[in-house]
Amino acid sequence: MFVRLSAALAAVSLLSGAAMAQSAKPTDPQIAHIAYTAGLIDIAAAKQALGKTSNKEVKSFADDMVRDHEAVNKQALDLVKKLNVTPEDNDTSKTLSKNAAAKLAELDKLGGAAFDKAYVANEVAYHKAVDSALETTLIPSANNAELKSLLQTGLKIFQGHEQHAEHVAAALK
Amino acid sequence: MPRWIFPTVAALVTATLALGISVSAVAATIQISMENLEVAPAEVTAKVGDTIEWVNKDVFAHTATARNGDWDVMLPPKKNGTLVLKKAGTVDYYCRFHPNMKATLTVTP
Repeated sequence: MFVRLSAALAAVSLLSGAAMAQSAKPTDPQIAHIAYTAGLIDIAAAKQALGKTSNKEVKSFADDMVRDHEAVNKQALDLVKKLNVTPEDNDTSKTLSKNAAAKLAELDKLGGAAFDKAYVANEVAYHKAVDSALETTLIPSANNAELKSLLQTGLKIFQGHEQHAEHVAAALK
Repeated sequence: MPRWIFPTVAALVTATLALGISVSAVAATIQISMENLEVAPAEVTAKVGDTIEWVNKDVFAHTATARNGDWDVMLPPKKNGTLVLKKAGTVDYYCRFHPNMKATLTVTP
């Protein structure tokens, strides 16, 4: 998560709010792309953290993020292959990636405890934003039952990460 | 979905005391599954001496971590982990990686 809270909320409203009400629901190939992109963003964030942090808890959290999101994305890739679906880039994926790149650049300027706090705070906000998008838009919009089920597992993983990030954030204070 | 409690007789422990009295105790192994981030069953009652075997069916690593700090069992993806119950009491436990995974183990003497 690479989005500031405000940007995260903007991304969520893009996914679930008025914008979505006006346009058609995202299609399965778009949903697959959004979910995969959201995972890649968190992996990139974790890898940046692993290169910068010297805090044991932050390092361990970042290791968990890489491991879990790589596992989820592998499942997603296996599923799209099985379903013969090609993930389709879309405005939501593009916005997520753009915000993520900006956040990476912003965090890159920080170091030490300031970086740790900013990274973990962002992880809390990012997972919240993605959870909300999954719950309100992506899961209800998914047509394929297996995709829906994978998204539901993804939601539980993300909710777990959000709570884990909150624990780490509390420990950093 | 199968129910994931299969108390099985895992071991028949026979201890022969110096007096020549044979004492045997039957210990059970109780399986608890972790699948799609759900612990099932979430509430289990067992006895001191029983073995709990967590079966992690997910591709994600989990832990079974006692809130009171008594134990912390690592459960790599698609692997099992066991714990022999040593003391009585009710212990809440959770997964350190996904703290939304919560369950309770009640151990009777």
